[in-house]
Amino acid sequence: MNIHEYQAKQIFAKYGVPTPRGIMVESVKDAVKAAEELGGPIWVVKAQIHAGGRGLGGGVKLAKSLEEVEKLAGEILGMTLVTHQTTAEGKLVQKLYIEDGADIKSEFYLSVVLDRKLEMPLIMASTEGGMNIEDVAEKTPEKIITVAVDPSIGFQPFHGRELAFGLGLTDPSEQKNIISFAQKLFKLYMENDAEMIEINPLIKTGKGEFIALDGKMGFDNSALGRHPDIAAMRDLTEEDADEVEAAKYGLSYVALDGEIGCMVNGAGLAMGTMDTINYMGGTPANFLDVGGSANAETVAKGFEIILKNPKVKAIFVNIFGGIVRCDRIANGILEATRLTDVNVPVIVRLDGTNAPEAAEILKNANIKNIIVGNDLGDGAAKAVAAAKGE
Amino acid sequence: MSILVNKDTKVIVQGFTGKEGTFHAEQCLAYGTKIVGGVTPNKGGTEHLGKPVFNTVRDAVKTTGATVSMIFVPPAFVGDAVMEAAEAGITLAVIITEGAPVKDMQAAKAYATKHGMMTIGPNCPGIITAEECKIGIMPGSIFKKGNVGLISKSGTLTYEGANQVCKEGFGITTAVGIGGDPIIGLSYKQLLPMFEADPDTHAIVMIGEIGGDLEIQAAKLIKEQITKPVVAFIAGQTAPKGKTMGHAGAIVSGSAGTAKEKMDALRDAGVRVVVSPAEIGKAIAEVLGKK
Repeated sequence: MNIHEYQAKQIFAKYGVPTPRGIMVESVKDAVKAAEELGGPIWVVKAQIHAGGRGLGGGVKLAKSLEEVEKLAGEILGMTLVTHQTTAEGKLVQKLYIEDGADIKSEFYLSVVLDRKLEMPLIMASTEGGMNIEDVAEKTPEKIITVAVDPSIGFQPFHGRELAFGLGLTDPSEQKNIISFAQKLFKLYMENDAEMIEINPLIKTGKGEFIALDGKMGFDNSALGRHPDIAAMRDLTEEDADEVEAAKYGLSYVALDGEIGCMVNGAGLAMGTMDTINYMGGTPANFLDVGGSANAETVAKGFEIILKNPKVKAIFVNIFGGIVRCDRIANGILEATRLTDVNVPVIVRLDGTNAPEAAEILKNANIKNIIVGNDLGDGAAKAVAAAKGE
Repeated sequence: MSILVNKDTKVIVQGFTGKEGTFHAEQCLAYGTKIVGGVTPNKGGTEHLGKPVFNTVRDAVKTTGATVSMIFVPPAFVGDAVMEAAEAGITLAVIITEGAPVKDMQAAKAYATKHGMMTIGPNCPGIITAEECKIGIMPGSIFKKGNVGLISKSGTLTYEGANQVCKEGFGITTAVGIGGDPIIGLSYKQLLPMFEADPDTHAIVMIGEIGGDLEIQAAKLIKEQITKPVVAFIAGQTAPKGKTMGHAGAIVSGSAGTAKEKMDALRDAGVRVVVSPAEIGKAIAEVLGKK
């Protein structure tokens, strides 16, 4: 789960990680009020969406008067921001963060992320702040410093020294500041089950202090149960409505661009089904994993979500029953045809636990539009043909 | 022969008396797995499915001599359960539970390694040696005895792969579902050499997916150490970019993580890479010679 910049900064503040003062607002009127409260003389008006690259997209602007705050807030609020991290349709800006201007001497990059190879958190830092870090990694990898921290010993002073010297900081008070900054950041990463924290840019002020000018955080969904305060920060308007709806029923759904709706059990087989459709000359319309506890109701819901997409010309149900029982899926398909008008061909391949019972159920139901796929390859081929109207 | 588990392996179940634990322990017993007991705190001294229940893993190991534990406890307690097993002298923990926090698994795996305990999973179907020992949730009937080893990140693709191999007239020695979480136990790197050393395994099916770089590491190892034919499929060639991977996470291993990159590395290592999982059975028939 991801959160907004203003929320990340609330967490930073709780741990003593320095940030500029700021106020989140949802209207132009409140934006001006917030600017008055902060006092100025310089403010930054920042669009709050769950995507990077906001500045380049025109969602972050500097204001030098209250009138300018009002004007910029009016422009940014309600605009649709397109950045390299959003879809082509972009994201609607519904929240603004009004922030104090900062005295920037130089810009750095700092992040904490799980290194899957080392199996421990990794702190990454760079003097190339404000840049797209992936570009830095590609063009000048030597400008990225990495320090792995074994959680069983925690953040030690030597980790801090590696960072400080790695960033070329020679002033002892600056060294002390960055070490303290990183130490607090690591603590909050661990204590909140963060998946990643990224600060870009991290700025050094004229006084040699380090301040998080931006803040991006993602959390381990599996650990949200023990962090109700963080779970409460979830902003559903930032997520795909169909994905959220699907998740309520234990379905994992991702919309794609193609024509063949997919309903599969297991994430690997779901991806493998998409790959097979593609390999046979078709295009998958979605990823949909019905999960291990699929029943008639969830399958019917899956159909409803898939059929909402007007591009869908055929549906491929591909189930290899282990925990999932095929007869339940078959009943779900019947249920779906009762509840919704399934007006496209449905290719059904059911294998594994209780597959013979499932075949019997479908045969007896005698529904038009249902085509039996004998195995994965056969089912995918029939789905591709059906989508082409063959 | 087989790897890691066989008909003599003594298994206990952590989370034995819960709904999932009960259902699957029953299935494993029916398959022939030597489940010698289970652990549920405060139910020690009772019997469940005709097997003794213990309060702690230490008690269970002392009384039954079990070496393997199958873990079904709820996600928040997985870390604790794994560390308890390691401390009690279990040598292999098979973690079925889905949704364990990554931080807990990080600590638990590091601790298990320190105690010399291997782990499989979490969030996986488990391990099965065909017609001998099933420790997990896979439908046992698919796995006929044969000469193909199987390693997979995905549960249902394990079934798909094994089913195709058997339909072609071959069978399985041992199949291991390693799980697809960010931190997992045994992976290709440890399992491939085990299959290489197993005289009954003549070919290996390896099923991977996008994210991380375990498949790249595997390709390197195959090039250097594995002489038996390997058939591989990588799921997610058509998956949209950046949908599940965090932005900062993508950088750690450079450009690692795409299906294409993994497939290229495996091909370069001499692996027979199939583009669709529907081709796994046929590819095995090709490398082993039609039956």
